Amino acid sequence: MPNAFSVTVNGARVGVTEEMTALVAILLSGTTTLRRSVSGEPRGALCGMGVCFECRVTVNGERHCRSCQTRCVHDMDIRTDE
Amino acid sequence: MRAGAYDVVIIGAGIVGAACAWACANEGLRVAVIEADTIGGGATGAGMGHLVVMDDSEAQFALTRYSRSLWQQAAPELPEDVEYESCGTIWVAADEEEMEAVRRKKEFYEARGVRAEVLDASALRAAEPNLRDALAGGMRVPDDAVIYAPCAARFFIERAQSRGAELYLPRVVTEITSEGVRLNDGATIAAHRVVNAAGTWSPMLTPGIEVKKRKGHLVITERYAGFVKHQLVELGYLKSAHSMTAESVAFNVQPRRTGQILIGSSRQFEVESKEVDGNILKRMLARAADFLPSANRLSAIRAWTGFRAATPDKLPLIGPCPGRENLFLATGHEGLGITTSLATARLLVDQLLRRAPGIPIAPYLPSRVPESVHA
Repeated sequence: MPNAFSVTVNGARVGVTEEMTALVAILLSGTTTLRRSVSGEPRGALCGMGVCFECRVTVNGERHCRSCQTRCVHDMDIRTDE
Repeated sequence: MRAGAYDVVIIGAGIVGAACAWACANEGLRVAVIEADTIGGGATGAGMGHLVVMDDSEAQFALTRYSRSLWQQAAPELPEDVEYESCGTIWVAADEEEMEAVRRKKEFYEARGVRAEVLDASALRAAEPNLRDALAGGMRVPDDAVIYAPCAARFFIERAQSRGAELYLPRVVTEITSEGVRLNDGATIAAHRVVNAAGTWSPMLTPGIEVKKRKGHLVITERYAGFVKHQLVELGYLKSAHSMTAESVAFNVQPRRTGQILIGSSRQFEVESKEVDGNILKRMLARAADFLPSANRLSAIRAWTGFRAATPDKLPLIGPCPGRENLFLATGHEGLGITTSLATARLLVDQLLRRAPGIPIAPYLPSRVPESVHA
């Protein structure tokens, strides 16, 4: 059984394991809008493999992190739509 | 096609040619603009779009101050996509010696009616928290602004067209004749006056004018709204802009309305290749990180280059071309063409119509004998 812990997505606690990416945590939280385009359109993960850059979120204060390429760690603070 | 000759044919639809077209059409002149590529496709599109009062010389100050006031007047009618933002400039002073220079600079600006304020170290920190510690301070020029220049050029062309100007695009001028211009397909366009506003291409059409290409690099980042709030320029920027050395870099960053950050700047003479030079880019970004340490953590999405149209005395050529009765020049604006485009257009029209110019014109006349330039 992988190590279970929690992260926060927009302030809400989400239970995850270390094998999960930030993207999984976001989806588990029920959030689907990860960011906004320049014209304000909602954007979500498309390729899931680090190529399309559509899944960028703020992780521990650092903006434009690809959530599909970021592994969850203890108490990671994930913010979408910033 | 209308019968008869145009009053003015303008070569080049960069910001300078576009502003000239607008000003000429506003006076009821029959105007043609000929553009070889796209509107604002040269230095206009490659540069930052900083509307800035600069004090490299009295003449440069007079021209940039005059032109910035014209931008302020035009601002309410600029369309959204021009992204006019009155963010102001902060000239950043690294040490006490530069603070002395800042205090002199502030007096110079204020004595000439341009608002400026000295920031001490803590005021600078409050204004721009991402600047590194231990900077001495700076000077804020609150009325400087930034724009997205290619859209401004397009807007000027549209305004000129609404006053009857005609745009020939894409058409390439191969020769300026005494009757107008000849195009590369053999066609001719007749005009009483020709304005060479072709920027770095202008010497190809008017050999002998002292305009040289000066390459620059820029980088744009992802959106980081609020990372910097003003256009930030190191006080030593003028040393880089003024020097005639082969290459130099200076700290110069700009916040865009989107939240993106433009990072510059570099200057290189005697380089023709458009390729991004990794070495220059590295030096330029290191300079930026020296002032903004956390810039190292920003994600850049694009780097590109462009060429400024540089003159030996750092002033543009605006007015009649010596020895060519029907030819006027509006070129050689180096890194200030966005700022000085509107003043250039006014001064050009004043000369075409033989009116008194808004500011003394002598320093910008192509017939001037430049003061000797020290390396």
